[in-house]
Amino acid sequence: MTAAPLLRVRNLCTEFATDQGVVRAVDGVSFDLADGEVIGLVGESGSGKSVTALSIMRLVPEPPGRVTADEITFDGLDLRRMSEAEAREIRGARIAMIFQDPMKSLNPVLTIGRQLTETLRRHLKLDGQAARRRAVELLDMVGIPSAESRLAAYPHQFSGGMRQRVMIAIALSCNPRLLIADEATTALDVTIQAQIIDLVKRLTRELGTAVIWISHDLGVIAGMCDRVNVMYAGRIAETGPIRELFYRPSHGYTLGLMGSTPRLDGAGQDRLTPIDGLPPNLIDPIPLCPFLPRCRFALDDCRNRPPPDRDVGPQHRASCFADLTGHWRQAAT
Amino acid sequence: MAVALPVAAHDARIAGGIRLASRQFVRNRAATVGLVCLALLCVAATLAPLISPYDPVQIKLSAKLRPPGLEYWLGTDHFGRDIFSRILHGGRVSLSVGLLVVAFAVSIGVPLGLMAGFFGGVVDNVLMRVVDAFLTFPPLLLAVAIVGLLGPDIQNVMIALGIVQAPILARIVRGSTLAVREEVHVTAARALGASPLRIVLSNILRNIMSPIVVQLTIVFAAAVVAEASLSFLGLGTQPPQPSWGRDLSEARRFLADAPWMFLAPTGAIMVCVLSINFVGDGLRDSLDPRSWRTRRRVTARTDDAA
Repeated sequence: MTAAPLLRVRNLCTEFATDQGVVRAVDGVSFDLADGEVIGLVGESGSGKSVTALSIMRLVPEPPGRVTADEITFDGLDLRRMSEAEAREIRGARIAMIFQDPMKSLNPVLTIGRQLTETLRRHLKLDGQAARRRAVELLDMVGIPSAESRLAAYPHQFSGGMRQRVMIAIALSCNPRLLIADEATTALDVTIQAQIIDLVKRLTRELGTAVIWISHDLGVIAGMCDRVNVMYAGRIAETGPIRELFYRPSHGYTLGLMGSTPRLDGAGQDRLTPIDGLPPNLIDPIPLCPFLPRCRFALDDCRNRPPPDRDVGPQHRASCFADLTGHWRQAAT
Repeated sequence: MAVALPVAAHDARIAGGIRLASRQFVRNRAATVGLVCLALLCVAATLAPLISPYDPVQIKLSAKLRPPGLEYWLGTDHFGRDIFSRILHGGRVSLSVGLLVVAFAVSIGVPLGLMAGFFGGVVDNVLMRVVDAFLTFPPLLLAVAIVGLLGPDIQNVMIALGIVQAPILARIVRGSTLAVREEVHVTAARALGASPLRIVLSNILRNIMSPIVVQLTIVFAAAVVAEASLSFLGLGTQPPQPSWGRDLSEARRFLADAPWMFLAPTGAIMVCVLSINFVGDGLRDSLDPRSWRTRRRVTARTDDAA
């Protein structure tokens, strides 16, 4: 018997009421996350990655949003049934989140120290002195030099990379079981991006924190995660262990994503292959495979019924009719 | 090796953000002068009974319309009353009207605006329609109506002016709240488990202090002037009690013969309103750490060189 997962999500749907109609931003997402596991959510803009995270955190504004799920269990707690006050006790303490834009995710009028200690005092009930000491440790831990004096600085006096370090310090300050990083390195330049990824990797490994790493960058995901969920049009198109998925992409969309990602070794890539067409409009119900209109491998079956969730390898599932084994290699050679 | 912000960091480590903000304020010369002037006005008004050379309401027709001189520093009015004494006493009325109207507008307008902006939806709609209703009246007319309803009395003038100003402030606060509410740091704070109250106070209110402070300086100035208008209409300060606005409106009849009668209250109102505006500017800048940057640049440059 395997231990119960830290986070179990079943059939998560999130809809938003708009003037044009109801948009299904997340459409039946299910996944498990084990304690200490690092999972990637990858997909293009609007594929529902962030909304999935916000729905789990219960941060989707309702209305206009509406979140339903058969199950969202975190550490044995039913996140759906929790009161708002109970949810606040979880957020920041046991599930923490960092956001894409470090320039904007800190409160500009409060000092770094104040923002760090506020969370510590709130969740860990530390007194002023202890919170201060811990804040210094935390800044030290995320690699901010002369941490003590930086407590008095304001966010605008920090660079983007430093601010993201501060955000990470705040997020990890209460030793959460789960860290959700929503495009945490997207706004940073590549060298800083690498530093931040290393930092998060090292710290979460040391603390045993599970991570949901959201990105549209397959390269970042590859360097970071144990397992990856590829999302398209609010659904999980393919899920699998990182190596499995990269060696045997088994969904037309995953293949398309990989084909449009530059590779350092340049294998088989004279030029990048973009995915033709546009993602579907999520207002209209999508009975078939949402990727169908853009898929190069579409079969007759694809046009008749919705795709099955097919096992294509160990813990590797794709919602696709076509057997794409070999296509990636073929493209690569 | 110098760190990026040695001065600021060092100071704040000792004394915290308030010291840092007040240092910023003091650096702003106009604001400092304004604050000193305002303090002097307040002290003078408070101590008016002790320091006035004459009784401000005592009529002495033998000394009427005297120009400024050694005996009567700012001259006398058409009843022979000492204008300097009347300015001192009038300040009590004008300044307390200004301060209390500001206090009233803040205590009603800010919470309403925050609630409307933060909760949105039905709350916003209901509150803003009420505000709209108040804003449809011409402000002075509304004040006149309220004073007429409550009776002509200086306290009622304050209440009336407060009721006139609060909806304007509420609207400004709501607008700024709507803008700040959508910022990422608000979501980030929620993701860290901050309560709505905490978010409203530290993520929203702290970030909209600038427009509030600016509006309050306008409210203060408008209240001083409006008190004058209401008194002129016979609804505020009752004669022979002095107030800057009343005296100003009386001086109107003697513009050509005794311009000092007109200049003294005008000067008092002007100094007061200008000081308030300077103080407001200074407060706005010192409350927002982001606007400290300009001064900081000098420090940063020396550090780079070092």
